[in-house]
Amino acid sequence: MDNYLSIFTEYNIPGALWVNIQLTFFAAIGALVLGTILAMLRISPVASFAAIGTSYVNIIRNTPLTIIILFGVLALNGQLGLNLGGGFQENFFRLAIMGLAIYHAAFVCEAIRSGVNTVPLGQAEAARAIGLAFMPAARMVILPQAFRGAIVPLGNVLIALIKNSTVAAVGSVSIEASSVMKDMLDVRADIVIPIFLTFAAGFVIIVIPVGLLTTWLSKKLAVSR
Amino acid sequence: MSNPSRTDTEPTSGGPVVQLEKVNKHFGALHVLQDIDLQVARGEVVVVLGPSGSGKSTLCRAINRLETIDDGTIHIDGKKLPEEGKALARLRADVGMVFQSFNLFAHKSILENVTLGPIKVKGVRKAEAEKLAMELLERVGVANQKDKLPAQLSGGQQQRVAIARALAMRPKVMLFDEPTSALDPEMIQEVLDTMVGLAKEGMTMIVVTHEMGFARKAADRVVFMADGQIVEQATPTEFFTNPQSDRAKDFLGKLITNH
Repeated sequence: MDNYLSIFTEYNIPGALWVNIQLTFFAAIGALVLGTILAMLRISPVASFAAIGTSYVNIIRNTPLTIIILFGVLALNGQLGLNLGGGFQENFFRLAIMGLAIYHAAFVCEAIRSGVNTVPLGQAEAARAIGLAFMPAARMVILPQAFRGAIVPLGNVLIALIKNSTVAAVGSVSIEASSVMKDMLDVRADIVIPIFLTFAAGFVIIVIPVGLLTTWLSKKLAVSR
Repeated sequence: MSNPSRTDTEPTSGGPVVQLEKVNKHFGALHVLQDIDLQVARGEVVVVLGPSGSGKSTLCRAINRLETIDDGTIHIDGKKLPEEGKALARLRADVGMVFQSFNLFAHKSILENVTLGPIKVKGVRKAEAEKLAMELLERVGVANQKDKLPAQLSGGQQQRVAIARALAMRPKVMLFDEPTSALDPEMIQEVLDTMVGLAKEGMTMIVVTHEMGFARKAADRVVFMADGQIVEQATPTEFFTNPQSDRAKDFLGKLITNH
């Protein structure tokens, strides 16, 4: 037991998980903004806008996250010299956030689109009938209701994002949880299984409240019709 | 979005408020509007009657381009209905629409439903928009519900709010697309009374309805449609007592045997 407990003094496990939470936080904001824009493109009556949104979703959603993050580090940063600043570690951290945001935006877009489908067509017609153009109607009438109808699928995207933040490991973010876990496994072969279980438990503890929160919010914010 | 140069007292053309010429529309193989010609004068109340599937709702929705048309022209107060964009939005602001299913903005309060258009489309100040909204809500008898959400109101109350929402834009014409068809019987009258009141005040109205009582009481003209065509037009008295076409006689005959 003491043997196991020693890993908590030798390694900063909560600190490593905190890095994943930070990655998730910033990537979630990026994905939400980009995903909302993509959703508006996809529901736009302008065919070329809709085509841009659809292409983005089909390409990014079907590309493995590992490839997107590696592309950021090896191609954008390594080959093309894209530097997001903030020093060596911080640059990789930001590149990972960018990759996570770009990838999850495709899923956010689809979650919002499923929310748009919960809004009756009559809402859009009424908005148009009082003279609102597409953008104001989307912003003031459709999206506020769509977001409320999309809380559960958006929560699922967030949960996936939390866990997918470990893929930042391939993007040279060596301080996040799965990298730290790998380091620990290398030196502490005597307690491999407890180390795995510790990190698994860490993620479960982070994710469970998100699930509870989205269920609660989806009930509280449901649009009554 | 807002256009400060627009005012409520914008001068109007002397011609018809709504003018349709040779309007055609197909839904696939179905020719739902066939060479429709219709003029509605300022202050006129036109009731469109006809059996289900006759194209009367489509006609109503085409007037503010919620349905596109295949050919023909539609003019609102002398201005051709634009196909897209800001010009279309501006013209729609002049055409009030009341739907069968109310379509109040479900996430906004009753008051916000009525003020949204004036504030966001016309650029009216919030306080001013609220004052106007309260006057209109008072007039349709639901001012005491102003802070509630639409789902908390009865169908009849929701429809009266929808009328207030349309009136808040100070439209040149009001379109009613079967406004009482989704209502429980005991709520139909309160909505019809509101509409009769509007008609008496001189609002230009096009009303698609099955309410013959409203047609008799408030209409200046009855337009009878069947199979995508305007079959007959007459004053209500003429239409109900002496219909000319077989289709109209058949339609009225069914009504009488049903009541």
